[in-house]
Amino acid sequence: MDFKDYKGVWVFIEEKDGEIPSVSLELLGAGRKLADKRGTELAGILIGHHVKQLASPIFEYGADKVYLYDQPIFENYRTESFMKALLECSNKYKPEIILFGATSTGKDLASAVATDLPTGLTADTTELDVEEETGLLLASRPAFGGNIMATILCKKYRPQMATVRAKVMKALEREPGRSGELIEETIDLKESDIRTKVLEIVRETTKKVRIDEADIIVAGGKGLGSAEGFQLVRHLADTLGAAVGASRDVVEAGWIEHPHQVGQTGVTVTPKIYIAIGISGAIQHIVGMKNSGIIIAINKDPEAPIFDACHYGIVGDAFEIVPILMQQFKAALNREEVSHVREV
Amino acid sequence: MSEKFDCIVVGAGPAGISCAYELAKGGANVLLLERGEYPGSKNVMGGVLYRKMMEDIIPEFYKEAPLERPVVEQRFMMMDKESAVTFGYKGMEWSKEPYNNFTVLRAKFDQWFADKAVEQGAVLVNETVVLECIVENGKVVGVRTDRPNGDVYADVVVLADGVNSLLAQSLGFHKEYKPDEVALATMEVLKLDKKIIEDRFNLEENQGCTIELFGDATKGILGTGFLYTNKDSLSIGVGTLLSGLIKHKIKPYELLEYVKNHPMIRPYIQGSEPQEYLAHLIPEGGFKSMGKIVGDGVIVIGDASQLVNAIHREGSNLAMTSGRMAAETILLAKEAGDFSESMLDLYRTRLMSGFVGQDMQKYKDATHHFDKFPHYFDEYIPMLNKAASQMFTVDGSSKWDKQKKIWKDIGSGKDKMKLARDMYRAWKVIK
Amino acid sequence: MLHIVACIKQVPDTKIIKMNPKTNTMDRRTAPAILNPYDAHAVEEAVRLRERYGGKVSVVTMGPPPAVKAIKKCIEIGADEGYLITDRRFAGADTLATSYAVTKAIEKISKENPVDLIICGKMTIDGDTGQVGPGIARRLDIPPLTSVNKVVEINQTERTIVVHRKLEDGYEVVQSTLPCLLSVEKTVNEVPYAPFPNMLKAARYKPHVWSVDDLDDVDIKQLGLKGSPTIVSKVWAPPKPQGGEMLEGNPQQQVEQLLSVLLDKKELFQSKEGV
Ligand SMILES: Cc1cc2nc3c(=O)[nH]c(=O)nc-3n(C[C@H](O)[C@H](O)[C@H](O)COP(=O)(O)OP(=O)(O)OC[C@H]3O[C@@H](n4cnc5c(N)ncnc54)[C@H](O)[C@@H]3O)c2cc1C
Ligand SMILES: Cc1cc2nc3c(=O)[nH]c(=O)nc-3n(C[C@H](O)[C@H](O)[C@H](O)COP(=O)(O)OP(=O)(O)OC[C@H]3O[C@@H](n4cnc5c(N)ncnc54)[C@H](O)[C@@H]3O)c2cc1C
Ligand SMILES: Nc1ncnc2c1ncn2[C@@H]1O[C@H](COP(=O)(O)O)[C@@H](O)[C@H]1O
Repeated sequence: MDFKDYKGVWVFIEEKDGEIPSVSLELLGAGRKLADKRGTELAGILIGHHVKQLASPIFEYGADKVYLYDQPIFENYRTESFMKALLECSNKYKPEIILFGATSTGKDLASAVATDLPTGLTADTTELDVEEETGLLLASRPAFGGNIMATILCKKYRPQMATVRAKVMKALEREPGRSGELIEETIDLKESDIRTKVLEIVRETTKKVRIDEADIIVAGGKGLGSAEGFQLVRHLADTLGAAVGASRDVVEAGWIEHPHQVGQTGVTVTPKIYIAIGISGAIQHIVGMKNSGIIIAINKDPEAPIFDACHYGIVGDAFEIVPILMQQFKAALNREEVSHVREV
Repeated sequence: MSEKFDCIVVGAGPAGISCAYELAKGGANVLLLERGEYPGSKNVMGGVLYRKMMEDIIPEFYKEAPLERPVVEQRFMMMDKESAVTFGYKGMEWSKEPYNNFTVLRAKFDQWFADKAVEQGAVLVNETVVLECIVENGKVVGVRTDRPNGDVYADVVVLADGVNSLLAQSLGFHKEYKPDEVALATMEVLKLDKKIIEDRFNLEENQGCTIELFGDATKGILGTGFLYTNKDSLSIGVGTLLSGLIKHKIKPYELLEYVKNHPMIRPYIQGSEPQEYLAHLIPEGGFKSMGKIVGDGVIVIGDASQLVNAIHREGSNLAMTSGRMAAETILLAKEAGDFSESMLDLYRTRLMSGFVGQDMQKYKDATHHFDKFPHYFDEYIPMLNKAASQMFTVDGSSKWDKQKKIWKDIGSGKDKMKLARDMYRAWKVIK
Repeated sequence: MLHIVACIKQVPDTKIIKMNPKTNTMDRRTAPAILNPYDAHAVEEAVRLRERYGGKVSVVTMGPPPAVKAIKKCIEIGADEGYLITDRRFAGADTLATSYAVTKAIEKISKENPVDLIICGKMTIDGDTGQVGPGIARRLDIPPLTSVNKVVEINQTERTIVVHRKLEDGYEVVQSTLPCLLSVEKTVNEVPYAPFPNMLKAARYKPHVWSVDDLDDVDIKQLGLKGSPTIVSKVWAPPKPQGGEMLEGNPQQQVEQLLSVLLDKKELFQSKEGV
């Protein structure tokens, strides 16, 4: 294997309902940095059916090239069909690095492709860097329950691959009108070559909790004592118009369902305001919310590690502080509204 | 119906494992049930394992068992607030085979010992709690576990479920223990570099030291403390009668913290890191609080039958011996096809005529005695310290004067009489 | 009659792992080895399918000799047979080398009794990648179906299976030919408290133990450290965050300060209803 043949950074672009999910845009941002450091190109690889129009946002978010497979067989994501396209493309153009979102699709595809190439694949990366000279990808990730970080290298194989967690990388500002080279590929693949069929896609009709999209999150921890105590968090969230988050211990206690769990084994969130109430601030929780805009912590233990991770901290009893906060907040907002009305 | 065994042993501690081992070795089909994740996972002991009783079961076990250190030195420390009188014995004859006794960590040792029983053919099932004995026509015929389809049957059930045996209690074999019949012990395993341990305790590799702590270790409450050396950790603990804790309104872990911070102890453990914290009851009522230990189809062994020598801090050895004797009896019963109380009572007779019973009898008054006369702990030990301090302080006065002063400090003639009487009494109960 | 193989691994319980703050290494002694919790669900699903359709459940693991304990756990859940492949030459394997070794074991098992379905856990709590399952599928050239949270049905005459694959906002119903490989979510089932007869069976059970030499056509270069493209170059503790401003005073005063912080962002609140 001659490493010199391998050039460029690729990002596998996901597509859903005709749009590019933010994780792919974040990867373009991260990939741009790697490509610049290496002095190579950044490419998006886009596979689907009727997805060609997505090439331009890929350029606008930083890519120099887009490799496109746009065929009916790619209507739905299936490991086998997508894998064959990606393998063919990779063998043909030989990228140095391929990044995938650590989503169910991204992980599924990356594991299959890495086995066939074969090459090393680092899962759930949260930090990325590249050695300028050698092009060696430095992919770092939490290991052993988040207790430590490990940097993982793939020295002897190319391309180097990693799946990257959503919400930890930053997308670039969109640059309208920015464009690049579109390379359209086709693959000779018959439906009968593929052994799986998507019979139906069911979108859950009940309003899904998507705390990762909320601007404000009020999160509660075991310190609230009981399921009843946890109501305090829900009330404050109602008052502030916020989503409700929780620590894992709370979810395990059954006070709220898993989609609300913030952290390593839950959701990573980046709201503008994150209020942590009665949460001790274990590392596994912190990794899931540390990139929030403003972090506010309320905890009665002055030594709680959450205070190391917050912007504003209040040492006190949640059951005393929060009711005052709700009352004052309502009063303040009413004042605003009244003055607003008067101005009109 | 679930299958039937010759014998079911409940509890994989030293007693239960010994019994299961001997039974399996004797060709019986035996089931050993343990509620912990594995044998030893929840078990607590300061850590002195006595060689002799273990060798009665597995000769030369020390060649392969996971032991910490052979004990070459035993010290006794009579502590006051800021002083201690220490004496002890160290002998190199204990550093060689066959050794005298060893420090062990139960989590490792019990697991190994249970594996040995399994090698002999015992069936070990962990993570299963025995809820009750199944009794038919006044005879124990099996046990009910907490698992679905969880009834199992056997000719005889051995209860080795440790101190406070709820199973024996539910058969009406003994009452719930009173606070002055059980001690509550708390201990910690402190991780410390091997080399540092050897330097601090003046040991060579593969040598261990035990220090028994009296007096201020328990803030004068009836009980003792201990500090033992393991391979690369120390075991430190304190145990006091539950009644003492209640009376002095002190929490067990506070007592442990107190010992750890005691100026006589702190230097030994400095720089170590807590690795495990454990708490456990020890039956201390002795012979007097022993209940019934044999019934139709059932035998009680080990701590479950209150077999602990409160004064000499033994327990595992008595447990093992009782387990072995129970097994021997059951094998005889199996041959005879008779598992009635009168047949199994052979176990009790043999136990009581052997060293276990003799020791239990001999020390039958010990705990009660010291409990009744707390001044042994809160008066005499400080007095001893003061005396030693005066004796060894070089201040210009003659040793003769010093002795006179010490004698005077003890108090009036009446006090002196009392001291003499108490010393004699103490000697009598523990000798 | 189905032959289902569940792939399992013994892992240190990361929930109670302790770190040595000075050396930044794990104190492995403090972390007992357990059956990877996700794999328990894989085995349970295999057992349920056997109960529905008849057949046999085998479990396979690559690991050190004590991994026998993890196999016994699977027997408790209800598996019929267990295979441990253990050999120094497997040591240091990353996901690629692991999938290779496990595949070789499955091929060998398959020779005696052809395998219809392989079930893996979603991920291991120590490796934490979820890559081994799809890797095995690729090596055996069978379809991988990841994120499975329900098995709808198996049609033994058509040799097909229908499952639900979890998506970010719902699920898809997918049909695949058999044999195939599933990676199951924890939500696929609940693992019940094992009944006593299973405990007895497990206590007595002795798994098949194979070394590299017991497997067929093994390319030694693809095993263990040698066969692993990825290497761990550096391990460190995540940096401690800096800490922020503590709001002092009595609760009333603390809340007032907090309020001014919040109201700085009042645009966030005004659009919301329910205020
Ligand atoms: C592999 C692994 C993955 C994990 N993943 C996650 C994850 O994704 N998310 C997650 O959150 N955790 C995760 N954890 C668990 C994590 O380590 C912690 O155990 C958990 O976050 C603690 O939850 P808590 O802060 O609610 O509870 P605790 O640690 O019990 O903290 C409760 C806090 O409440 C405070 N308190 C008590 N009463 C009051 C009061 N009246 N008013 C104010 N404060 C009060 C206390 O001082 C304390 O600080 C994971 C662990 C492991 C090993
Ligand atoms: C702090 C401390 C220090 C000690 N130091 C020493 C010492 O240095 N030397 C010494 O020889 N002795 C010492 N002892 C005493 C010694 O630990 C005991 O005497 C000995 O462990 C008794 O063994 P056993 O098998 O009877 O009971 P245990 O060791 O208590 O074993 C009972 C077993 O039964 C299991 N069990 C209980 N109930 C059930 C149930 N319902 N179903 C299934 N399983 C069940 C338990 O999990 C346990 O494994 C000490 C004790 C303590 C607390
Ligand atoms: N050593 C192993 N032996 C057998 N199966 C394994 C092994 N490691 C991982 N697996 C399987 O692959 C799944 C994903 O593991 P991982 O890629 O390590 O997260 C696990 O849930 C197991 O089903």
